[in-house]
Amino acid sequence: MKKVAVVGAGMTIFRRRLQETGKELSFEAARMALDQAKMEIPDVDAVVHGTGPDAFDGVHMKGEYLLDGSGGTRKPYMRVYTGGGTGVFSTIAGWWHIASGLADVALVVNEEKMSSCLPHPQSVFANIWDPILDRPLKPNLVWIFAMEMNRYMTVHGIPYEDIARVSVKNKRNAVGHPCAQLPDANITLEDVMNSEIMAWPVHRLDISPPSDGAAAVVLASEDVVRKRKLRDQAAWIKGVGWCIDSTMWTDRDLVFPEYVARAAKMAYRQAKIDRPKRQIDFAEPYDPFDYKELHHLEGLGLADKGKAGLMTREGITQRDGDLPVCPSGGLLGIGNPIAATMGIKIGELYWQLTGQAGKRQIPNEVHTGVCQAWGDLMQYGSVVVMGA
Amino acid sequence: MKVGIVGVGVTPFRPTTPDLSWKELMYDGAQRAYADAGIDPRTDVDSFITCAEDYYEGFGIFDEFTPDQLGSVLRPMHTVGGDGIQGLANGFMQIKSGLANLVAVESHSKASDILTFNGIVAHALDPIWNKPLGGHPNYVAGLEMDAFLRASGNTAKDCALVVAANRRAALKNPVAAYGAPVTPEQAAASPALWSPLRQLDAAGLADGCVVLVLASERAARKMEADPVWIRGIGWASDTPSLETRDWATASYARLAAEMAYRIAKVRQPAKAFDLAEVDDKFSYKELQHLEALGLAKKGQSGKMARRGALGPDGRLPTNVSGGSLGCGNVLDASGLHRVAEAVLQLRGEAGSRQLDRARTAVVQSWRGLPTSTGAVAVLGVGR
Repeated sequence: MKKVAVVGAGMTIFRRRLQETGKELSFEAARMALDQAKMEIPDVDAVVHGTGPDAFDGVHMKGEYLLDGSGGTRKPYMRVYTGGGTGVFSTIAGWWHIASGLADVALVVNEEKMSSCLPHPQSVFANIWDPILDRPLKPNLVWIFAMEMNRYMTVHGIPYEDIARVSVKNKRNAVGHPCAQLPDANITLEDVMNSEIMAWPVHRLDISPPSDGAAAVVLASEDVVRKRKLRDQAAWIKGVGWCIDSTMWTDRDLVFPEYVARAAKMAYRQAKIDRPKRQIDFAEPYDPFDYKELHHLEGLGLADKGKAGLMTREGITQRDGDLPVCPSGGLLGIGNPIAATMGIKIGELYWQLTGQAGKRQIPNEVHTGVCQAWGDLMQYGSVVVMGA
Repeated sequence: MKVGIVGVGVTPFRPTTPDLSWKELMYDGAQRAYADAGIDPRTDVDSFITCAEDYYEGFGIFDEFTPDQLGSVLRPMHTVGGDGIQGLANGFMQIKSGLANLVAVESHSKASDILTFNGIVAHALDPIWNKPLGGHPNYVAGLEMDAFLRASGNTAKDCALVVAANRRAALKNPVAAYGAPVTPEQAAASPALWSPLRQLDAAGLADGCVVLVLASERAARKMEADPVWIRGIGWASDTPSLETRDWATASYARLAAEMAYRIAKVRQPAKAFDLAEVDDKFSYKELQHLEALGLAKKGQSGKMARRGALGPDGRLPTNVSGGSLGCGNVLDASGLHRVAEAVLQLRGEAGSRQLDRARTAVVQSWRGLPTSTGAVAVLGVGR
């Protein structure tokens, strides 16, 4: 198993509607990552692409379509796809391209252009349900997340304020992030709690916004890091894990994300982490909804079951707390272009671990971080542990 | 760490499968492969891979619908938006990296559920430059066939020979959907719908599922399996742009073959293999791919077809399975099916189409219109 490092990362701004095509967004992110890694396309052995539902862009085989913008022309080019889990999963695929010895440098590009889907990207989510059992009920995503959030709150007796605090923290953290869509330095707990109810208990400000954007990272083997003198700007991938739960969400206990727990266990085993609470310095769990940050912290073993909200209330998860969580500003603050959230998860781990996070830099020294994405029908967890 | 194939499951291909849902079809393919490998997926398989595209499946996010019928609930599983051999490559890398010992790779087609197949293919064309031109998307293949024949000197008659040979070969393959005693004359006389491409030059769609089980050398020894080794694997894409791609020589196949041959240390591909299974979703593609893979000299693939070199008794038996023309186009499962066929030949389990002395094979796939993406695997038995 070869060691693999992230040596460059880039991301575009995240906005509700961007003028650029998906190919152009992919190009911009890839260009930034290559520039940071001081590399050009001929230096890249393989390209991995991550992108969400084809129906967002209205292009069949969207991976093939985005290929040239991502630098994949006349190269081994691979698209992997695990719904929202792609945000972290594509880097895992990039990792095995190098760890297996098949490539020395891999460029991982994630893109999402949700605005081409009219009238709203939610219309794609109307087609993610079982056609016989679910679709006739005309469910939408906010409804089922409302069910999951409600169950999580009810079983553990978590007050809504503790969940809304996550949104406040992340939107404030996003201030100063050059790509952020919804940073807000002055947002208060009252603002979130008094925002419009979408599907009880989910309020409008509990939800991250749909976005357009792209992100990219350059992965390199240890040999390349040494030969190209990239050690100072390298963050090492220590462990990877992924897991899927049953399609039948109605049969699942929604109170605990077992799929995240198993993915984390797999990644921790590889990273030789047996006490995550002590050994992990900061985390970027997937936060498309504020309750999901808490849910995922418990899945990642960074909080006891039902206690993640308390950690938020006590300020432990603030940027200057004992366990900074979503120091980037997360999906709630920066935006949620499904697969392109790689820039917020993998990208933030990289920038924090190499001291390049600027205004967002965690004041305490950090050596080990974990990031996670969540996808499909509340059933997918992908986890990457990185170290300086 | 060597990687081998220890389990094969192929469901019979049919133009329509009203009795099974796509989920049941996947279950059928998977249980055949697990039984062949003698394993329980719930405890033995470390990672599961499926190769699928949302539009073919008719779902917003198809990845959701993969775990239950494959036995991968609460286990590592992911989708590859690619051909079956690209899925195989991911399994290969997962084992090579030491992350997994046993990997299951699945791909299927339920094309009969698709009401507007040509509309879907048209949606893969560039939405700004190409799709607005309209027309049946097979015109892209017609243009490519014309460019290939002009550049290589092969003829439309050679392509008709390929159609007849593969449709006939499929009569010996129990999973084939389109076996028929078609003559070259019949193929050449079918309507030129996308001239020079004729109706019988295009493979018909079929339903089917293919599942393979990969094992590390250590795991294979533990299972007392006799694996077919993946000696090399490669994949590559040319550009998606119709305006700037290489129309004549299938450079994606050449690049993928170069990668696979490099890993497998194959120096003279024309002499290295006992059989070839190469993509023939359109008849001319078989000839174009044989040349791109270095199995035929440039412009000589038609001559090989004329001289019978591609038949079961020829110098390089090619698509003895019947290929996509004879078995049916099972979309992204096509590449995985070719691998499965090569495995059966190398194991000596290919029934009435079994070749003598089959020890090494080369297998190649193409993702179909309008892509320029393909993959190659080099397989072998023994040391």
